[in-house]
This record gives sequence, structure tokens and C-alpha cells, in this order.
Amino acid sequence: MNVTLKIWRQKNATDTGKFETYDMKDINDHMSFLELVDVLNEKLEQEGKEPVHFDHDCREGICGSCAMYINGRPHGPMKGTTACQLHMRHFKEGETITVEPWRARAFPVIKDLMVDRSAFDRIIQAGGYISVNTGGVPDANEIPVSKDIADEAFNAATCIACGACVAACKNASAMLFVSAKISQLALLPQGQVERERRAELMISQMDAEGFGACSNTQACSAECPKEIDMLNIARMNREFLKAKVGSRAQEIH
Amino acid sequence: MFAIKSYYNFGLVTTPIAKFIMSWFTQTLSTTIGKKVIMALSGLFLITFIIVHVSGNMLLFKGDEGEAFNLYAKFMTSNPLVRLVSIVLYSGIILHVIYAIVLTLYNRKSRPVGYKMTHPSENSTWKSRNMGILGTLVFIFLVIHMRSFWWEMHFGDIPVKTYAGIEVVDLYTVVLAAFSNWWYSALYVLAMVALGYHLSHGFWSAFQTVGLNHEKYMPLLKKTALIFSIIVPLLFASMPVYFYIKSIL
Repeated sequence: MNVTLKIWRQKNATDTGKFETYDMKDINDHMSFLELVDVLNEKLEQEGKEPVHFDHDCREGICGSCAMYINGRPHGPMKGTTACQLHMRHFKEGETITVEPWRARAFPVIKDLMVDRSAFDRIIQAGGYISVNTGGVPDANEIPVSKDIADEAFNAATCIACGACVAACKNASAMLFVSAKISQLALLPQGQVERERRAELMISQMDAEGFGACSNTQACSAECPKEIDMLNIARMNREFLKAKVGSRAQEIH
Repeated sequence: MFAIKSYYNFGLVTTPIAKFIMSWFTQTLSTTIGKKVIMALSGLFLITFIIVHVSGNMLLFKGDEGEAFNLYAKFMTSNPLVRLVSIVLYSGIILHVIYAIVLTLYNRKSRPVGYKMTHPSENSTWKSRNMGILGTLVFIFLVIHMRSFWWEMHFGDIPVKTYAGIEVVDLYTVVLAAFSNWWYSALYVLAMVALGYHLSHGFWSAFQTVGLNHEKYMPLLKKTALIFSIIVPLLFASMPVYFYIKSIL
């Protein structure tokens, strides 16, 4: 199949950037979208031109690296899919495909389609540690967790921190990401010791990074490759308000 | 950790005012979630007001030449408790508007460079993305509405009627005169469409923001929101429509 790629090219963080158009001929429709960019990059290198820079790692939909705003949507048109799992057969013959980097104040562009997502790392760092006993390896199922709670925590934990929620949100809000990370520990016995402090610290770090507020448009859930639910945002707000109003410790966070 | 610390400090710690600014209360409410909670709570409060307002105004349809409505208007402007609540109401409206502006500006700053190509309708509803525009329309309407009736009631030169010895300002006649104007009535109907869309997102969204979302009750809440956001604006809109039709017959 033949497609036209319209890709955002930006030399560095300060460059204004612009779209470049590339005609891609005889593309195998079983290719993933990243493989399409690989083919383009090989061609560009042969021509002695700068290849398109983009993040990628596992290429099996679990690392969250491939951040691309494809045809006006994070990770392209398919539901619950990362760009690496998006295949060319989902595009029309002769289609022009527009590719842009994530856009958010907290995700500055480094080069081309690469953005700096270390704001997410700092939010995770702000969450801190969980208290566990040292010693021998604990037995499996030593700590009882009911199946429904374990499932709920696991669903939240499937978040791969790709940033599609921020990219999709009209306010560039990171609440789906932060709520998933707060939820996965708030639901489990292992997360109880630092539960209140974790919610407060992660949320203040989220604000400090400059992510927007939540307008409940639900665009984040709709675009999330792991289909994380908006229920997590409600849980995060609950955790936050509970911690603010009724914290067990007298220390103020 | 430095970023977290600096977030709390603001660089001013000495004066009592600074201490107050940094207090737990203001610090909580100045977070993105805190600001949204203010929006949600003030919004829910305004929803309760709308129920009272639409119920009271249904007296216009009583067919008693406005006696019940005029007495109700008199009560709503003279009862000390109602007047106190009305101050809370105006504060609620102002709070809702101010925080809407603050949040809109903050949210815009969160994406300084936008997308060249974007398809938001694929993942969200128009109303949820444009609560600001819908809210602005409702607010403009509110100003016009207040000028027409609230202002007239308090400062206007309105004839007085007497019911069983009680002197009452004849607001009913003012309503009749206003709604005999076709474009004024049309403006009301359009404003109610904006209100309906605003409510259909805002109603359940407020519960989500304060952390109340569970599969046990959210489907019911969303249905209630939809029914509420159709019925209430419809009842409000029926007033200008009814009196306009009555005026041309």
C-alpha cells in the first residue's frame, strides 16, 4: 500500500519546527506504525538526511515509550492500542497520515517526535517508598487480598505511563496517570502505611509539573492504550480529600 | 524532592498574612483538585437553587392573574432568611465564575503549543470540552435576566397590586410584558438550551470530582443528570413560550 507521511520535524527544544511530507511506496500492510517510520528512517539515512527521532523500546505494547499523536489522536485511531501495535492495514490506501509529538507544558519536545516525560518519573519519585519487612522471600499469598480488589489494583497497575492521557486531554492533565499510580497502592495492603502521604505528595508534584486540571471529558480513558477507567480519578480525588481532611498523622503535607 | 519543597514554600514565610496564605485550608483549595472541588460544590449548590427557582416560577401557570406568583415574589424579596440565602447564592455564582476563569487560564497554560491536527470528537463530547463557552452563555443570559426582573423588582417603577390588604409589586405584569417580545422569548429558549447542555455534563461531573463515582450508582446518576438537564430547562423555556403565544392570540 501507499501512504503519505506528514511528520513533525523539530531540530531541538528551541527550534520552532515544521511538518515534512514523505511519500511511502509499497508498504507492507502487516507492518506496525513504528516499522513504517523505520523504513522511512532507513531511506533518509541512505539519502544522507537526518532520520526522524522517536521513542520506542519493547514494541509489544507494554513499555509506553512510543508517544505519537497520529491523525489527531494519541497512538492513532485504534482503541486500546499503542503506536507500536497499530498496523498499517488500519489505514486507507493513499491516506495522508499526520504525526505530531505529545503536546503539553510538562512534556517539552526534545527532538522531532521525542518529548521529555521525566515529569512522570518525578511524580512517581514523589510518591516515595512502601514499607516492607526485610528478610527471606515471603510466601505467595501470605498477605490476603480478595480477588475483586486484586483485579482492580491490577487494572490500575497496567498503566504504562505512556502519557496518552495527557496528550488526549484538552487541559493536558495527568490525572488518569497519577490516579492509576495512586490507586494501585491504595487498594492493596502493602500500600496502606504511606497511603495518605503518597496521595498528597504525588498530587502536589503533579501540580508543580504544570499539568492541567480535570474537566471530566473522559478523553483520557477513551485514548488510554490500557483502557484505565475514570473511576481511578474519582478514587484519587477521594484519597486526596480524605488525606487532607482526615489525615491520621498531625504532620502537614 | 526540591520541587515538592518549593511548592509549599512560595518563598515567603515571615508575615502572619503569608502564614495564612500558606495555611492548610488555602493550600488544599489551591491545588488543581481543590479548585475543581470548589467548582463541583458551587455547581451542585446552584443546581439546588435551580430546583427552587423553577418550582416557584411554575406559579406563573396558576391562571390567577399572577396573584400567587406576586405573593411568592414578595416573599422571596422580603423574608430575611431568603435574603440571607440569596447572598449565599450570589456568592456561589461569583465563586463558580471566578474559579471557572482561573481554571480555564491555568488549563490553557498547560498546553502552550497546540496540535496542528486534532480530532477531539473521537474521544469526548462537545459539551464536556466546552463547559466554559456554555457557562459564559448562561452567565450572559443571567445578567440580562437579572436586569429584566431582579433590577425591576428592586429598583424599577412597577405598579402595585393589593391582595387581601397586602400591597405587592406586580412582577407578573412585568413578566407578561417581557415575554410578549418574540426575540426576548427566543433568547430565553436559546439560553435554556445552553443551560441544558451545561447541566448534562456538570451534574454527574461534580460527583466525579468530589470522588463519588461507583458502578453501583454512577449509571443512575448519569441518567438522573440527563433527565434533570432536559426537564428543568424545558420547564423554564415553557414560560416565555407560553406567554408569548398567549400574547399573540
